[in-house]
Amino acid sequence: MNENGMGTMKIAFASGKGGTGKTTVAVNFAYFLAFSLQQVQYLDCDVEEPNGHIFLKPEIYEKYAAKVMTPVIDQDKCTSCGECSAKCQFNALVTLPGNVLVFPELCHGCGLCVRLCPVGAISEGEREIGYIEKGKALNNIEFVSGVLNVGEPMSGPLIQEVKTEYVDNHIQIIDAPPGTSCPVVKTISDVDCVVMVTEPTPFGLHDLKIAVTVAEMLGRPIGVVINRESGGFPPLTDYLLEKGLHVLMTLPESRDISVSYSMGNLILRSLPAYVEKFMELTANIGRLLGRTLWRNVKWN
Amino acid sequence: MELIKEVAVVSGKGGTGKTSLSGALATLLQNRVIADCDVDAANLHLILNPEEILETKEFTGGKKAVINPDSCIKCGTCREVCRYGAISEKFVIDPFQCEGCGACYFLCPAEAIAFSSRLAGHCYISRIGENGRFVFAELLPAEENSGKLVAMVRNEARAEAEKAGNRLILIDGPPGIGCTVISSLTGTHLVVIVTEPTPSGIHDLKRVVELAEHFQIKTALVVNKSDINPQYVQEMKLYCDLRGLIYLGEIPYEPKITEAQKQAKTILDYDPHCEASRSIQRIFAKLQSILEEIWTATK
Repeated sequence: MNENGMGTMKIAFASGKGGTGKTTVAVNFAYFLAFSLQQVQYLDCDVEEPNGHIFLKPEIYEKYAAKVMTPVIDQDKCTSCGECSAKCQFNALVTLPGNVLVFPELCHGCGLCVRLCPVGAISEGEREIGYIEKGKALNNIEFVSGVLNVGEPMSGPLIQEVKTEYVDNHIQIIDAPPGTSCPVVKTISDVDCVVMVTEPTPFGLHDLKIAVTVAEMLGRPIGVVINRESGGFPPLTDYLLEKGLHVLMTLPESRDISVSYSMGNLILRSLPAYVEKFMELTANIGRLLGRTLWRNVKWN
Repeated sequence: MELIKEVAVVSGKGGTGKTSLSGALATLLQNRVIADCDVDAANLHLILNPEEILETKEFTGGKKAVINPDSCIKCGTCREVCRYGAISEKFVIDPFQCEGCGACYFLCPAEAIAFSSRLAGHCYISRIGENGRFVFAELLPAEENSGKLVAMVRNEARAEAEKAGNRLILIDGPPGIGCTVISSLTGTHLVVIVTEPTPSGIHDLKRVVELAEHFQIKTALVVNKSDINPQYVQEMKLYCDLRGLIYLGEIPYEPKITEAQKQAKTILDYDPHCEASRSIQRIFAKLQSILEEIWTATK
């Protein structure tokens, strides 16, 4: 528990469809909470295209490589028995006469081959898949971001690595990747609630439905933020009603917001009129979690 | 027979207008085979409105392990060998944490673990227009192996193109630069990147350009919502020159694209005369001449 009696809490921002405004809402929310004297940690789990740093402008104080295990074959000991390649589920090993080939980018680092090899010819090497950056961002926000190496397909272990950086007694704001498959599952599986940022369009709604199903399968409480609202989209309203999902905040379609975004600015800094929206979001997330998230906001 | 060429539309950052552009380009193509490779969040069918599903194929994903409590001797071997923390103290496997590596299955001394694949999605081959083909897929929520489903969509699209004697496949790709994107663009002949003039757009653009360079694929750029920040558009043109990318053109911000989407139409069907539609037609003309060059070069 910190001085406001809050303790650790993990709030993820996800969407299904890309570009609906996950990062915009997440970074502004983090900034807002940090103003209310909360200790806030922002974790960018969109490791393929992390963008949070553009808005939160962290000063990076630590950077380290993220590695996964990959098999190393001692060709002198290897008898080419084929046991490892036959059982590897990811086709990362191929046995040739007198030789075993390793395809590191297919390896999931499970270590099965090391355990199976009857002659102890396989040991564990390391392979770099990206790096982790840690820094102090605006308003003293603790900033963590994972950056996947270009050409690297294995984003899951890097997301796990980002999540090992959770700091106690902070409210964690987690920026999830788009989509509805394994990277999203890895990101939101242990959070206290998922805020789905959607846009009132057929594409937005279609992908929202899948993302909501994923969060439901994982048993996470869900709230919805509607971004770029203009003139309503009844199919979305109907869906939310039918599912009993609460709208935590609605942001309008606004050229001002687009321009602010296009300059790498936080909405709350360049367009302070939106402070009330984020107060509402904070109160509503608090309601979703059954807790009060902020007190004594002194907004200047 | 002529070699089939594949063009992949990607973006790095999500929501830059990949699918809106792919949909519009699809309506301009003759003898078309279109593939939606954003299998996590497939949207192209919402504006291409396939007339008829010709074939539905099942996609089986990776395997998952399940412990049979009757045979389990609670020795703890599985918990020890699982590197994904997927097995609880009560010896129940969390399917969302299970990576499908089979370590527990192969090493269980009591043979108490089942390990089998299951249905993870569907791939649809559909008809659009008179004889166009549109291949798309839906991964079941929270499933893995989306890269493999992308490969399946591309294989089916190639088979359709061969059957019909088409020489071009247009691929609508996923956002990001990871597994599904790699699977969508390896072996294609041209990558079209749709970006927007924002810091996030530029940041993500550079990473996806590097990815295309990594696979040595010719790359072209389209800047969408170009009037939001004209200065960045200039920067992007300069970037294209420096990196040897083709600048295909720009599309101004057009709210009608959203209205078109709400009516399940492409912008070209909704308002062929608006500035965005005219820009897309210019982009298409340029794209065709680039494709002709690629065909000539490989003949």
